[in-house]
Amino acid sequence: MGGSGLVVQDASVGYGPVRALRQVSLEVPEGAVVAVLGGNGAGKSTLLRAISRTLGFHRGALTTGSIHFGGRRIDGLHPDRVVGAGVSQVPEGRRVFARMTVADNLRAGALGSAGSRGTKASALSRVHELFPVLAERAGQRAGLLSGGEQQMLAVGRALMASPKLLLLDEPSLGLAPLMAARIADTIQEINGQGTAVLLVEQNAALALRLASSAYVLDVGEVALAGAADELAASDEVRRRYLGVVDETAAADASRGVDALPVLERWAGRR
Amino acid sequence: MTTFVELMLNGLSMGSVYALIALGFVVIFRATEVVNFAHASLLLAGGYFIASLHDDIGFWPAVLVGIAGAAVVGAAIEFLVMRRYRGSDHSVLAIVTIGVDILLTTELTRRLGTDVLSLGDPWGDSVLTVGSVSIAYTRIAAFVAAGLLISVFLLAFRYTSWGVAMRAAAESPETAALMGVRLGRVSLGAWAVAGGLAAVAALFLTVFPTPGLERATSLAALKAFPAAILGGLDSTTGALVGGLIVGVTESLATGYQSELTFLGRGLGDLAPYLVMTVILLIRPAGLFGTKELTRV
Repeated sequence: MGGSGLVVQDASVGYGPVRALRQVSLEVPEGAVVAVLGGNGAGKSTLLRAISRTLGFHRGALTTGSIHFGGRRIDGLHPDRVVGAGVSQVPEGRRVFARMTVADNLRAGALGSAGSRGTKASALSRVHELFPVLAERAGQRAGLLSGGEQQMLAVGRALMASPKLLLLDEPSLGLAPLMAARIADTIQEINGQGTAVLLVEQNAALALRLASSAYVLDVGEVALAGAADELAASDEVRRRYLGVVDETAAADASRGVDALPVLERWAGRR
Repeated sequence: MTTFVELMLNGLSMGSVYALIALGFVVIFRATEVVNFAHASLLLAGGYFIASLHDDIGFWPAVLVGIAGAAVVGAAIEFLVMRRYRGSDHSVLAIVTIGVDILLTTELTRRLGTDVLSLGDPWGDSVLTVGSVSIAYTRIAAFVAAGLLISVFLLAFRYTSWGVAMRAAAESPETAALMGVRLGRVSLGAWAVAGGLAAVAALFLTVFPTPGLERATSLAALKAFPAAILGGLDSTTGALVGGLIVGVTESLATGYQSELTFLGRGLGDLAPYLVMTVILLIRPAGLFGTKELTRV
């Protein structure tokens, strides 16, 4: 197998009789940011589960294909070994341990790390540097954090294992635009420190801005793949994920607000 | 007044022993979401190890071996039986534990027969008298030992990596797995800890004033069920409070039985279940239980 990053080859996944992925091949080179786009049910989360080996929790299984990381085959390993190999996932919907404190959440993130006490301590200070709020709230229950803070905690928790590859499942989901932008900046910062990122997003504009290359999943298959800027410029992506959804719609919406008809007899009272 | 103080002290002591059992119960439930009906047989196994070994190797070594033995039995149940059913529904697993309980209890009662085995404890039937209040040394030992074990357990639960892994797995197994927590190990550890705690409880359930280890000991262990349930199945604090409530209720109901004759005899055995029913009517999740935990 070539490539020292993540190489997914011809992966098919089924949940019982339901096929969720068909012959998906994908590559995340070392140190790169790669985005996976697609609508609901396209198989984005399934792809991440296949990599992190948590398909079993959903009664799914990899039926064909292989997954390698750093030249090593990882599609037969237990989830903890995948973490040990350097792949950490931030699950969709954050999934922080709500009843545990912020500090204990971060400790939980380090459980799978093979590193010594020293590496864990430096991972913690790195996380606190990225997200100072997590240091301030260390003793607070994670369930009491805001959505954005929970997302930071979820990312910080995954970083505690000092991963070489970070899998992010819809990090902007349910966040206010400003907070989504902050998370995006953080992803860039994390990547700048040498961690590769596989970013699964519905927010295509955000994902294509961060990524160097991208894949578009459609009903379990790779429909499009290529460099991020080329995809961002391609008609199909613009039409399906960018044009209508973001720019035009946003423009329409703002025009709509300006053009909001006002009843004449009310206008005087404003 | 003297009687009341004595009954309270005895009740607290028995309660701390029930709390030990309930704690094991809660640990398994939190780690695996399985209600472990085999707990009483684990306890019997621990007691049996101590009873059959103390003559040869002395009391304290026998206790250590008993604790280790029950922990191994617990781990073996997890490894040989529960693990095979992983992914099954939790109620299926609960019923599997009933099967395990029947098997283990049958074998142990066969070995016990009609014997009443002494566990060879050093306290015997001596009694400490302070003023007009007298209390058996065994009850003091029970309270101290249970208190120590529970403190060590709670500290470990709160501060060690084991505790963090345990709590993470209890909250969300899948997310814990993503963090590199080995769920099999967590579950194995929970069963082993529960077994060890049950062995200690077995010791203090069978010392003076109880005659010794016999078939009925596993029935005494059943009182930890209302303790765990009224405290809230998923709460360690609940297990402690529940244990104490059950112990004190039982002790008081037994002690003041003569004044409650209109209710008939044997109220002491019944009282814990009565309290549990009343508490569950008011708080269906138990005193400290998490509300959304509806499935059992």
